[in-house]
Parts: sequence; C-alpha cells; structure tokens
Amino acid sequence: MAEFSLPANSKVRKEGRLFKAPAGAKNVRVFKIYRFDPDLDETPRLDSYEVDMDACGPMVLDALIKIKNEIDSTLTFRRSCREGICGSCAMNIDGKNGLACVSACADVKHDIKIYPLPHMPVIKDLIPDLTNFYAQYASVKPWLQTRTPPPPDGERLQTKEDQEKVDRPSACILCACCSTSCPSYWWNSERYLGPAALLAAYRWIVDSRDEAAGERLDYLEDPFRLYRCHTIMNCTEACPKDLNPAKAIGEIKQLMAHRRH
Amino acid sequence: MSEYKLIDHTYDVVVVGAGGAGLRATFGLAEAGLSTACLTKVFPTRSHTVAAQGGISAALGNMGADDWRWHMYDTVKGSDWLGDQDAIEFMCKEAPAAVIELEHYGVPFSRTEDGRIYQRPFGGMTTHFGKGIAQRTCAAADRTGHAMLHTLYQQSLKHEASFFIEYFALDLIMENGECRGVIALDLSDGTLHRFRAHMVIVATGGYGRAWFSCTSAHTCTGDGGGMALRAGLPLQDMEFVQFHPTGIYGAGCLITEGSRGEGGYLTNAAGERFMERYAPNAKDLASRDVVSRAMTVEIREGRGVGPLKDHIDLHLEHLGPAVIKERLPGIAETARIFAGVDVNKDPIPVLPTVHYNMGGIPCNVHGEVISRVAGSETVVPGLMAVGEAACVSVHGANRLGSNSLLDLVVFGREAARHCARVVKPDAAHRAFKADAGDSALARLDKLRHAKGSLRTADIRLNMQRVMQSDAAVFRTGESLGDGRRKLAEVFASFAEVQVTDRSLVWNSDLIETLELDNLLGQAVATMHSAENRKESRGAQAREDFPNRDDHNWLKHTLCWVDAEGDTRFDYRPVHMNTLTDEVEPIPPKARTY
Repeated sequence: MAEFSLPANSKVRKEGRLFKAPAGAKNVRVFKIYRFDPDLDETPRLDSYEVDMDACGPMVLDALIKIKNEIDSTLTFRRSCREGICGSCAMNIDGKNGLACVSACADVKHDIKIYPLPHMPVIKDLIPDLTNFYAQYASVKPWLQTRTPPPPDGERLQTKEDQEKVDRPSACILCACCSTSCPSYWWNSERYLGPAALLAAYRWIVDSRDEAAGERLDYLEDPFRLYRCHTIMNCTEACPKDLNPAKAIGEIKQLMAHRRH
Repeated sequence: MSEYKLIDHTYDVVVVGAGGAGLRATFGLAEAGLSTACLTKVFPTRSHTVAAQGGISAALGNMGADDWRWHMYDTVKGSDWLGDQDAIEFMCKEAPAAVIELEHYGVPFSRTEDGRIYQRPFGGMTTHFGKGIAQRTCAAADRTGHAMLHTLYQQSLKHEASFFIEYFALDLIMENGECRGVIALDLSDGTLHRFRAHMVIVATGGYGRAWFSCTSAHTCTGDGGGMALRAGLPLQDMEFVQFHPTGIYGAGCLITEGSRGEGGYLTNAAGERFMERYAPNAKDLASRDVVSRAMTVEIREGRGVGPLKDHIDLHLEHLGPAVIKERLPGIAETARIFAGVDVNKDPIPVLPTVHYNMGGIPCNVHGEVISRVAGSETVVPGLMAVGEAACVSVHGANRLGSNSLLDLVVFGREAARHCARVVKPDAAHRAFKADAGDSALARLDKLRHAKGSLRTADIRLNMQRVMQSDAAVFRTGESLGDGRRKLAEVFASFAEVQVTDRSLVWNSDLIETLELDNLLGQAVATMHSAENRKESRGAQAREDFPNRDDHNWLKHTLCWVDAEGDTRFDYRPVHMNTLTDEVEPIPPKARTY
C-alpha cells in the first residue's frame, strides 16, 4: 500500500516552548499554539502557554491578547473589531475554523489548540497568506452590473421579498473560514473558487437590481470553478455568521441546469 | 540604515487608510483618471467602518416629510453650535444624493413596503426644527457599515484602484511645510516604501484605543493624527470625545442607537425610564452626550443596576421577535455572545463607552488641511484629511448618530473631486530631498531595537487607565490636572519601552509600539485641550464650569504636541455662516431635548 507523508518542512514539531503560569494561579488552562518564524530555518512548532483564566476574558482572542501582552509579545495574529464583524481573527481552534473573538474558551473542554486556517501558505504564526482567496473573490466581479441606467433622482426600487434574497448572502465577512474548511478547496484552491467566492457570486446573481446573471453564470460554468463543490457542507458548518454557502452553491448549480433545459 | 530596503513609488495621489472615507476617495480618484495608491494596515473590509450598525442619515423623506434644512438644524444643535455651519450645510444638502449613489452602487439597504430605502429614527434627528421625530437614518438591518464598506471596496475593485494592503504608514514626508508623500512599512516582508504624491489624503480613523473601554476596534489607533503631530501640525477640538450610551457592560461592544430608534428604552434599578426626566421630548432618543450624562448621573446617585449598581438596562423585549429578526439581528447575536442575554426575554446591561472622536486634523469643506502660522490661517499644501481622522468640523462638540457614515461618503467623495480639480494627471514631480523619510526610518529602527524595561502593553494600559478615569463623561479642573500629570509620566515612560520581536516579517510587537506612539500624542492633546477649555459644551461636561460660554469659547481649539509631550494652543473661529443663501444661519440658543 502506498504511503503518504507531508513534506518535511511542513511537519509540526510537538515539542515547542512551555510558558508556565504564574505561581498562585488557580484556574490554569493550556493553550497550544502553532508557531512559525520565517526568519528561522526551522519547521513549525507548538508552543504551550499556561494562562490564568481568572485574570482573562472569556474569548479565545482575549487569551491570545493576554499571551501577547503579558507572556510572549512575539506571538503574531491578526485581530481588529473583536466583535465578529471584521473577519480578521479567523483561525483553527480545537480543530474547527472560527473567529477567535467570538469563540468562548469554555466551549473547549481540553487543552486549547490553535492553528492558522488550514491549507494556506503561512506567513508567520497564525497569519495565513490570503492573496489567492482575495483574488478569487475579485474574479467573480462582486459589484452591481447593469445596462439600464438607474433612476436619476432616486433609488432603484426593490421589494422586501427581493431584498430578503440578498440580505443573508451579503452578510459575508470574507473571513475565509468556509473556503479553508473545504477538502475540495484544499486540493484545488488554484482552480476551484471555493465557497466564499461562490457565495459572493450568488449574492449578485440573486440581486433583483443586477443585470449580469447570465455573464456571471457563464464565468462559473467550468469543471473547476463551480463544480469542484461536492456538497461536503463543511463551509456551512464553519461559517461564524451562520450563512449557508453550500445552499448558495446548490442553487447556482440548479440555475445552471435550468438554463441548459 | 542599509539593513532596510527602500522602494520608491510615484502617484498623483496617495490615500492612507481604506475605511469608508478612504475607499470613497480612492475610487473617486481612480474614476477621475488620477493615478492613485491606497495604503492600508488592514485588508479594506477589516476597517472599522465595518462595525457601524444603525445607519446613514439623509433627508430622503421615504418614511415621512423631511428636508435637508431640518437635518442641518439638528446637526448644528447636536454639535452644540461648535460645528462649522458652512460644512454642515454642505454635508446635509449632499446627503440624499450621496445615499442614492450608494444604493446605485448596490448597497443592500433594507426596504419599505413600497420598495424604497428603509429609514429609522435616531437620536437628535427631528423634523420642523425640533418639533417632530424624523425617520432619517437609512439602514441595512443593523449592519449598515458592513454593507457600505463591502460595497465601497467592490467599487474600488471595479475601478481597479491600486492597493497596498497591510502596509503601515510611518510618517508624512514634509518639506518646508508642504506634504510631499508618505513612508510606509510592508508588514509582509519588512520592506520600506516611499510614496511621492501631489496630494496625500489621510483617512486613518479615530483613536478610541487610547481609552481602556471603547467600542473601537484594536486597530483604531489614530495613526494619521500621530503623523500630523510629528509633522508639526495641530489637532483640532480633541477635548470632544463621544461616549456611546450603549456599549455592552464589560465587553464594550457596541449596541446600536438604532435599538432605541426601533423602540428600545433604558431603565435604572427602580425600573424607571429615567430619560423622561432628562429629555422630556426626545427621551431615549436625545443626543448621545445627553443620554450618556443621564446614565452616569443615575449610576452615581446609586440607581445603577446589577450587584455593583454600576450599569443600566436596555430593554428590547417588548419589540417582539419579528422586529428583532428583521431590524436588529446582529444586536441579538452580539448580546447573546458578549452579555449572555436573550434580547427577547431580558434587558442588555449597558454603559456609556468611548465611541468616536469629534476632534482630528483640522480641514476645510474640501478636505484641505488647515493650520495656523504666525497668527493667520493657512492651507497645508499637499495634505488632505477625511473621515474620523479629520475635523471639518461637521460634528462640533457632539456628533449625531448616523452622521459619521454620511461624513465618510460626502467628504471622501468631495476629496476626490477636489483632487480632480487641482491635480493634473501625471504632472511631473520634483525629486525628494536626499533625507526624505530618514527621521521616520530612524524612529522605526530605534523602536525595533528598543531594549527598555517596560512592555508596550504595560505602557498602553497605563495610558488607557489614565484616560478612562480622567478624560471621562464628567470632568473637573482637578481631575483633568491630575490626568495631565499622570499622562506626562506615561508619556515619558515611552522612552523605556521594550520590543522583543526583532524580525521584519509581520512584526506586530513593533507595529503595536508604533501605534502606541501615535496614541500617546493624541491622549495628551485630548487631556490638555479638555483642561484648557473652561466651559461645558456637547461632550465636554465640566462640573466646575457647568454652562456653555459662547462669549469666551465659541471657537475651535488647536493643539500642538511636541516630541516631549508639551502642548501649545491656538484657536480658530467657528464658521457661523452658511455656504449659500439657501438656508439661514442658525444662531446659538439653549440646547434642550
């Protein structure tokens, strides 16, 4: 039987550094965090940080910030709004993709393992390179396209029912939790657009104001861009905003089928 | 300095910041055919505009009679007459077209039954010059900022604007009082980039992170204000800091004023709707400074809720699940996650929380930066400012809710138009002086190798605690003097800062230290300006000077902060004139709600 193994330089060493909790800490939890320093000629490692939870906020991001502020200021991660709307702090927490700022430490029952979003090039520690992800988003031309000029003095009218069709899909925060949880995207991220970009395409296809649905579908009519979705549904499971990219992709496939017949 | 690789770029215009104002300016410039670079320390859709919830004001009249003159009156009154009336006229008059333009770009606004943009009531927004309650705030559920920011980024993609993403601006490059460009650090590889431009537009947002508890994102560190101070320019009206009445108790996360716009109300420990006593007409929809003061008084007089009697309840239970689901779904989610509250059953614990800086880089209605040299007002050549980083001033001493998203698009757009008028595409550039950017490089290198005894996070926390206790909702000469002395110690302690990450790739330890440097100057400007202004006006509530004093203080503060943390002041007159004769100036009068 064939044996597969990871390239040597991507194996994570389990034995990283250990940072002990201060003496007298009563409510200690261990955070095992993926560390990668591009300046060192070393494979990534898992560092362990003991954190006194009695002096720490409830969220995983609170713990990361406490570690950076008080224990190890070299720990590197993105963060901004701390309330689940900017999408900066997406990472893999206890084996699941999510936003650190809205993930409660109490929801993990054992040591809390934190890795960068899976299957992305890592720049440093918990910072993935999202260049390809953003380029795929841009490739679906995620802006309103019309031929009919808008009314000169007023808004385009849209019924509440039509607005509802775009209401949830437009709430995507581009955190990349969905795309980087998708095995099909892991294999073919150069050619499969992934759930986030497809949800963005869907958001415009179903917008009653947009007049380029045909061109948008033409672009997606491709064995890889769209059809590498195998309805695994990890995307919907991973979305921290409770959106449903899998359903959106299913509906794009239906639209494709309808226009063929 | 040979360790640092320096790369030169030349553009017609450089925009620093990619929030609402920066993006609106950026694609406006691209559309006008000017070569434009937008530098941003975060990917554009991570900018803090994304967290704006309630909406954007414009007198569209979709939900009842409205008029931009009423909007102007409300904004002038909300500003406690410190806002410049010519700029306010411009903003309110431009508002309907600006919002319609956003809709044409594809913003997914909520809709009325007849398919128009849905508008909700907001604090201080009235009809007929204070007589009725206006429905003026255009909303996309309770994530209007998200809807707008993503749409503006999409338009920037459409116009193929050039972005330099995750670049941290270090300093403006100034030559003989003129701005020639900006120098920035590429976070991903540590290379340094010198941008030469005919115009630099600062759109870097506010500095809420100078306080311990704020609704602002971690990245709201006022980097543009810090750069302006280092360039020897003043900041204007820094004493005016908005406390949002409803930050979640503890976490500080924002609960939109739109929740009161949709019918929510505040109660104290006795279950009393206390706002009826403080603002008999507008009640819970009085201006933010008024509501925040009322809440603080209730708590101080022992009527706060909770075991420590230290916060206030915000009730949405009576609105019903259908309204919550359609109009306030994000609030329900935020309250559940950060307060453990089901808003359909229980009140949300809230507290006035630092939210917005009315002060900033002084500029005129086109966005050109203004300074005063030898007693007379001058335009700083080559430099503009927009958004929360700027002080136009349209918000004066207190901003009305939903006027900031409006400020972003109106003045972002106007900045682009202004550049299109004064900058000729591809006009030749003079060479930089040989030492351009050297001081910024020296500062960077010094901080990167800082081996002091104090962690960045410790100094930052010290600053935040001083600001929290002494640059608060209520102030006295004593508390501000105390704050000034304590802050001077914190400022001096920055010489002892320690950076442990020495790398050049994504050195966030270094970036947080540079951000702290930016925050410290603005914290000093805020505290000193507040001590200096001996009156109460809008968000500045001096208990030792409880009244507004138009005779002595109907003027803008300009504050310079030098490298030692010492300040000096000058003043600018408030523009009490309107821009056109389409509306009469609004003379100062007592401000009640």
